[in-house]
Amino acid sequence: MRYLPLTDADRREMLGVIGVRSIDELFVDVPGAAKLDGPIAGLPGHSSEMLVERKLKAMAGRNLAAGDAPFFLGCGAYRHHVPASVDHLIQRGEFLTAYTPYQPEIAQGTLQVLFEFQTQVARLLGCEVANASMYDGSTACWEAIVMARRITRRGKAILSAGVHPHYVSVAQTMARFTGDVIDTAVPDLTDGAPGDDMDWLLNAIDGETSCVVVQNPNILGHVADLSELAAACQARGALLIAVVTEPVSLGAIRSPGEMGADIVVGEGQGIGVGLQFGGPYVGLFATREKYVRQMPGRLCGETVDVEGKRGFVLTLSTREQHIRREKATSNICTNAGLCALAFSVHMSLLGETGLRRLAALNHAMAVEAADRLGRVRGVSVVNGPFFNEFTLRLSKEARPVVRALADRGILGGVSLGRLYPEAASLANGLVVAVTETSTAEDVETFAAALEEELA
Amino acid sequence: MSINPSGWKPEMGADETAEVVTFTGNRALMLEEPLLFEYSDFGDTGVDFPPAPVVAPRLGGLDRNRPIGLPGLSEPQAVRHYTRLSRQNYAIDLGLFPLGSCTMKHNPRLNEKMARLPGFGDIHPLAPVSTVQGAFELIDLVGTWLKTLTGMKAVAMSPKAGAHGELCGLLAIRSALEARGDARSVVLVPESAHGTNPATAAFCGYVVENIPATAEGRVDLEALKARLGPDIACMMITNPNTCGLFERDMIAISEAVHAAGALVYCDGANFNAIVGRVRPGDLGIDAMHINLHKTFSTPHGGGGPGSGPVVFSEALAPFAPLPFVEQQSDGSFILVEEETAGDYHAQSFGRMAAFHGQMGMFVRAAAYMLSHGADGLRQVAEDAVLNANYILRRLDDVLDAPFGKSGPCMHEALFSDDGFPEGFSTIDVAKGLIDEGFHPMTMYFPLVVHGAMLIEPTETEGKAGIDQFIGALRSVAERARAGDVSLKAAPHFAPRRRLDETLAARKPVLAWKEPVQAEAAE
Repeated sequence: MRYLPLTDADRREMLGVIGVRSIDELFVDVPGAAKLDGPIAGLPGHSSEMLVERKLKAMAGRNLAAGDAPFFLGCGAYRHHVPASVDHLIQRGEFLTAYTPYQPEIAQGTLQVLFEFQTQVARLLGCEVANASMYDGSTACWEAIVMARRITRRGKAILSAGVHPHYVSVAQTMARFTGDVIDTAVPDLTDGAPGDDMDWLLNAIDGETSCVVVQNPNILGHVADLSELAAACQARGALLIAVVTEPVSLGAIRSPGEMGADIVVGEGQGIGVGLQFGGPYVGLFATREKYVRQMPGRLCGETVDVEGKRGFVLTLSTREQHIRREKATSNICTNAGLCALAFSVHMSLLGETGLRRLAALNHAMAVEAADRLGRVRGVSVVNGPFFNEFTLRLSKEARPVVRALADRGILGGVSLGRLYPEAASLANGLVVAVTETSTAEDVETFAAALEEELA
Repeated sequence: MSINPSGWKPEMGADETAEVVTFTGNRALMLEEPLLFEYSDFGDTGVDFPPAPVVAPRLGGLDRNRPIGLPGLSEPQAVRHYTRLSRQNYAIDLGLFPLGSCTMKHNPRLNEKMARLPGFGDIHPLAPVSTVQGAFELIDLVGTWLKTLTGMKAVAMSPKAGAHGELCGLLAIRSALEARGDARSVVLVPESAHGTNPATAAFCGYVVENIPATAEGRVDLEALKARLGPDIACMMITNPNTCGLFERDMIAISEAVHAAGALVYCDGANFNAIVGRVRPGDLGIDAMHINLHKTFSTPHGGGGPGSGPVVFSEALAPFAPLPFVEQQSDGSFILVEEETAGDYHAQSFGRMAAFHGQMGMFVRAAAYMLSHGADGLRQVAEDAVLNANYILRRLDDVLDAPFGKSGPCMHEALFSDDGFPEGFSTIDVAKGLIDEGFHPMTMYFPLVVHGAMLIEPTETEGKAGIDQFIGALRSVAERARAGDVSLKAAPHFAPRRRLDETLAARKPVLAWKEPVQAEAAE
């Protein structure tokens, strides 16, 4: 077995040192009823690298990769071009095969990256502090709700209809067990502002409300000014939690922090991390400095060593499970270290200049695509302001159209029927994302096929 | 015999003891690296884009006008920055990484290559199911292996890491209890449990109580039986436990817990010790998470991403979370989500995360499983256990092994700091090991042992490497026992000496600020 260096001679010698005759004697404490005499039945034996590769390649070949088709899917996962150096750097063994930096003297590489990541994330989201990452956007969103409960000592969270339905679903699942109240609704396809429920949110905040959760851009691509909502939350002692699922948008749109959000969570996948069928991704979590001791997850902080040299350590760990056990702010342990590194490398390659250019390119291409698709018979663009994602209203149910487009080799957006199967009012909605990876030809192919499917 | 082609004969200079201070602060290959925010050419970019089409913006007047403050590096600068930083890390690729309970085994590069196939790495989670049948097949493959290896009925693939898996298991348990109208409020955990266990139980609303360990380091079955009652929802147990021992009474523990109407959760962090040799399902376990980043070799990446699928017994299978993959009679796969849950999985407790889990990790785990096969995985457990016992026996004369007489250890060897002179503790041994070129063992965990040193070599270490580690640890332990004060100042040779963690916590600096601004804030 190519991954096992011990030879049979080694094994015999080591058993001798231990003072046992066979390996079975080391498993003597396993109850007889649970002992297995040989390899588990029903599974194949070991295999060469070549054969494993062949088998997995065949499986991968049964999927239509985004890069092999006109591709317009978003809704919480975005396809952006990741520079080749990002993947090279995250595969450095010293990053890839390191553990959580519990021994800071020999983990300054990871720790400095985390400190830089925290700084980048805080600035991108417009907040004072950010943590060293969460699992993903959806779990970060729930952790933010829990944090708001801890800070306000209130138990009702109001979730805008524009929040990603999976994020809402996670919160609803968790709330059933924690006793939190989740108040939310299904979005409307309102022309000019789909999914915008600002008026409802403003009226719904009361003395029980721990937080209002809004997503910007929202699940239907609408972009909103959160300032008034932030002020309303503040006036009533609630926190404003903003969710960002497309980090590239923050190269063009004012950040939630600048608009007054108290906690900003995000899905960082769009920068540095590939689609990967939904994971692993990287949760972003940022807030005000005054709430830092209520934050979940790992934090990296600056300090000095005994010689006075600057260094970095994991800090404020008295919030965390390995110290605080049942009194911890969260049960999270492993986070998304390597994806955070990918995010950070990509972000430092982009820099502010590159990020703004990337965002401008996305927006311009999306505007052109929206105009083109809006000219297809049976299609209207629902959105007013948007970034790189917008919602189309089709003349028929969108779900079968998406399937028919897939049969033609076109990945033409996410149907709202898939995301909101219960909501008949949304059945004709199709959410289309356009990034720098789409071409004008892709848009043309998509538009022509859509025209035929709707005819 | 190597030849020096220059003809130059190296000689020591006259003053060989003088402290050399370099202009750069570098010491040959040990290179200091500024923060990326401190690069002088802040503001550039390392990515080129085609020009954007000219359009009238539709951002609703919400343009980001103020500076963001994100420096950009050209590609050569970025490559150098991160390469230099990487060299300040210890890693499995550099040497033995004996962190107990963390299973730092070799990460096969085939796994990385497979995860990057466009058919796995470049597919969207909401792509039409007809276009991602191979992805569902892969998820199903990994799930089938996990169920077969554990002898369990069902598997939830969506949990994002071990602690998320624990949460998944406890939510299923609570759902099952609620379904029978039996609200229970207490979760029992052994004293030696990982911190995530009590944290998770509290996170889903349970009161946590500890069950003591016996003098030999196992769960005290009698104490457990005495505490069991109608208020107990579940026992969370780690097996093999964090003292490195197999819970000999595991079947009796499960029977007692079940007899009291409660369920058994197993923390699967230590599954590597028994994979292919014991199926947890045969031990009466109802739910167990499996850290794919431990047993199945997906890389730890400096702290994640992990992946924590959970296997369930018959009793809990109906309550498993959404979504999951289901194979149809025609061989095709469907994804069961909220929409169709009622038809397939009406009692599911719901969704834990967006999308379908850590696909990138599943691909790596699949490559690992297929490479090893059932026979290779059994060998994994055996070699891991053999290596740990070898370390335990070779060092128990110089380090106290508190449970050395409790039977063989499993995949990790546990020592304490008993016998060290006043002022010396486990941390000094750990920092001494750093100077010897090793990552230290897990320190001060489990909590049931004073100054615990938990050593997990894993099966991917050869005998010569282990012998060298034993030699190094023996030397450091002897220095500690002899009261060698130089150990108190270790590490001497790492990129940084001991760091002031108290300062970091008292005045947290969690983000870089421009120096001017920092001074103004004083």
